[in-house]
Amino acid sequence: MSREKSWKEISIAGVCSKSSVGFMTGDWKTYTPIRDVAKCTKCLTCVMFCPEAAIKWSPDIGDIEFDFNFCKGCGICANDCPTKAITMKIEGE
Amino acid sequence: MEKLVKQAIVALNGDEAVALAVKQCDVDVVAAYPITPQTIIVEKYSEYVANGEVQTEFVCTESEHSAMTACLAASATGVRVFTASASAGLALMHEMLFVTSGSRMPVVMAVANRALSSPLNIHGDQSDSMAERDSGWIQIYVENAQEAYDSIIQAFKIAEDVGVSLPMIVGLDGFTISHTLEKVEVFPQEAVKQFVGERPLPSVLTHEGKTVPFKLDPKNPMTMGPNVSPNFYFEFKRQQEEGMKNALKKIQEVNTEYAALSGRSYGDGLVDAYRLDDAEIAIVVVGSTAGTLKVIVDQLRQEGVQAGILRLRTFRPFPVEELRNALKSVKIMAVMDKSISFGGFGGTVFTETRNALYDAKIRPTIVSYIFGLGGRDSSPHDLRKIFEDLIQISKTGQVETQVRYYGLKE
Repeated sequence: MSREKSWKEISIAGVCSKSSVGFMTGDWKTYTPIRDVAKCTKCLTCVMFCPEAAIKWSPDIGDIEFDFNFCKGCGICANDCPTKAITMKIEGE
Repeated sequence: MEKLVKQAIVALNGDEAVALAVKQCDVDVVAAYPITPQTIIVEKYSEYVANGEVQTEFVCTESEHSAMTACLAASATGVRVFTASASAGLALMHEMLFVTSGSRMPVVMAVANRALSSPLNIHGDQSDSMAERDSGWIQIYVENAQEAYDSIIQAFKIAEDVGVSLPMIVGLDGFTISHTLEKVEVFPQEAVKQFVGERPLPSVLTHEGKTVPFKLDPKNPMTMGPNVSPNFYFEFKRQQEEGMKNALKKIQEVNTEYAALSGRSYGDGLVDAYRLDDAEIAIVVVGSTAGTLKVIVDQLRQEGVQAGILRLRTFRPFPVEELRNALKSVKIMAVMDKSISFGGFGGTVFTETRNALYDAKIRPTIVSYIFGLGGRDSSPHDLRKIFEDLIQISKTGQVETQVRYYGLKE
């Protein structure tokens, strides 16, 4: 393991020298959103409501995509989906 | 040595002297809330703004907590920031004082020292800023209106130094200094601007891998004030302590540099010794009381008593070496505190002074005097009695009471 930096080597006041993109906060989740494609109208409500910006509209495929590296499984998308196309399942179920 | 700058003599009280110094330092943002006895600073400065005499963004806030928050945020953009407060106002800032020092923002604040409630009292003592001892702010205390003016100008240069990068309090005794009209020598605007210069910025490494000036800038985004876990929080606190150590040197440097332009200096900037060279009895004191004590020392010297004064100008960082050196001939001394640390062993300045002298070659006898709380007057006649107490101790070798309350109705 490499030596950790001393107080003399780091920037002052806690300025971040690394981007938080490297922290895979998706590891934290208990529940995973599962989408029923037949019920989804692609209204993008879930895209707007996701607090982690982990649901994105991909113009290339003309559909939404879940980024499970950052989805914490909070269930807000399932709660706000007007057609109840998203359900939360325990991982591995 | 540079040539002295020609100065004008004007009549100002301490608060007005502070406001004028801030005006001359070309401050970008002032966010403040008025409170007695600091009010005149804010009033006077808002007049400057209203008259178009300064380009400062003046933010009227709804509380001191907001004032300090606004100062922190403004300072984060890399500009020069000032505020002023006292007593309950300073206490309300408490949380943000730590955030500001931890964020390494060199905000300069004048504190017109005043007692804390309860019971309500608007008069002068030093309980307010002494209670902020551990908030990570540099603290200096002045003796008169002239020093208030000089110290504000110096404060920007000290606090903003990249090796220091810490906020700074300039304490002036409420009413005794803040509201008393004095003769003050003032620089022309241009001389102050040149002395203080632009605010320098330390360099930081950002998440983009760039080394850039430490300020909020859309071109070089950075995260300030993040959550830091146990793995690195301690390291940032150690950095702040290094800033304090650097301030010890910087305060002395700026004191010397300023003397070359103004002809005025305050000891070495840290401690201001008066007739201490061969003194056997002495008083250590903070703030305006030193002025009165100097008169008494002169009287005692005429009577053949080897008495002296040490005015502690810089309280944070605490100048251990300089204090020990200045007091090396003293055998018996009193430390006067214009604040009370309830349940402690004597006043705060007493505790720290005594601590610093524990390792002195000859350890002097030291007694604590709590005095002047809530603006209780301390006249020359009264203060002389403290020296008489010390003379008594030197004769008998006995210290009957180590912690004393001076001027209290017993």
